[in-house]
Amino acid sequence: MAMTATAGHAHADPHHIGVVIEHPGPASKRIVTAYGFWIFLLSDIVMFSCFFAAYAVLSGQTAGGPKGSEIFEQRNVAIETVCLLLSSFTCGMASIAADVRNRFWFYLGMTVTCVLGLIFLVIEFREFADLVARGYGPSRSAFLTAFFSLVGCHGLHVSAGVLWLLTMMAQVFAKGFRADVLRRIMCFALFWHALDIVWVGVFSVVYLLGSAA
Amino acid sequence: MSDQSHAPTDHDLAPGEEEQHSVGTRILGYVVGLALALLLTATSFFIAGTDLVWQPSIPVALIVLAIAQMGVHLVFFLHITTGPDNTNNVLALAFGLLVVFLVVGGTVWIMAHLNANMPPMDQIMRMQ
Repeated sequence: MAMTATAGHAHADPHHIGVVIEHPGPASKRIVTAYGFWIFLLSDIVMFSCFFAAYAVLSGQTAGGPKGSEIFEQRNVAIETVCLLLSSFTCGMASIAADVRNRFWFYLGMTVTCVLGLIFLVIEFREFADLVARGYGPSRSAFLTAFFSLVGCHGLHVSAGVLWLLTMMAQVFAKGFRADVLRRIMCFALFWHALDIVWVGVFSVVYLLGSAA
Repeated sequence: MSDQSHAPTDHDLAPGEEEQHSVGTRILGYVVGLALALLLTATSFFIAGTDLVWQPSIPVALIVLAIAQMGVHLVFFLHITTGPDNTNNVLALAFGLLVVFLVVGGTVWIMAHLNANMPPMDQIMRMQ
């Protein structure tokens, strides 16, 4: 019996170190996909860190133009922040609903997420349009260039996220909760939560530090 | 004879994936995360506009609150934990954070000392 046990474990313990490690085989596609997307998100965050570094360096270079404390409106930023936080929560609810194959709660969660994301985008777009109309466009000073590229890059990500969200709703409508559709929903949820993390950096560093200084 | 009984349990978790919990427990996790995030956000906005605290401490407080809130998001929304099934995700995150700190910290450090280390040519001439 000891002989057969040794022979049986010879493959799992090739170096005969006495520690038998059970190999469950290659990871499932769900884990591989989500892990790859996690790597992408981290590289996206590294890209955002370059914009943050540029903003930190250039935030004082106003070239006679407005300072941050003169153009930021805290009330709008607070509304935007609450919208994104709540949309992260409803996105989590939608992914739980997708895991238990509940279509109604999935559609409801995704719709609320979409509406909150659109409210965020409208407020941000109106802020940008207002600044440009007052002559404080991205070409006014290095500070405004860094501000528009950092906040605008986050806004572009949110716009892409809203398009992706609508695509996922359409795919669930057309194809149901298939395994590949569920993987895409999982990646979308990761993307949306990661955008929220970037926004925490944006409102703290750009808006709150900018108006405090 | 063989110890295969524990084999199915020690697999990896995908980022964003939770261990098997009931729906109620999972919803509760998101509710706790949302409450903590809203609390930290409200504190940030309050600290930024208040006269009650020592003014030079405000930027430090804002940065600490932001990092804390990012941690809350990672744990409660992205489900990055310190469990053994999450090692790959945490390692990738740690490497990402290393690059982020090198980029931001290195840029701010170098650019803040740029004027002292690389003065314009006429200043160098005056020093000689």
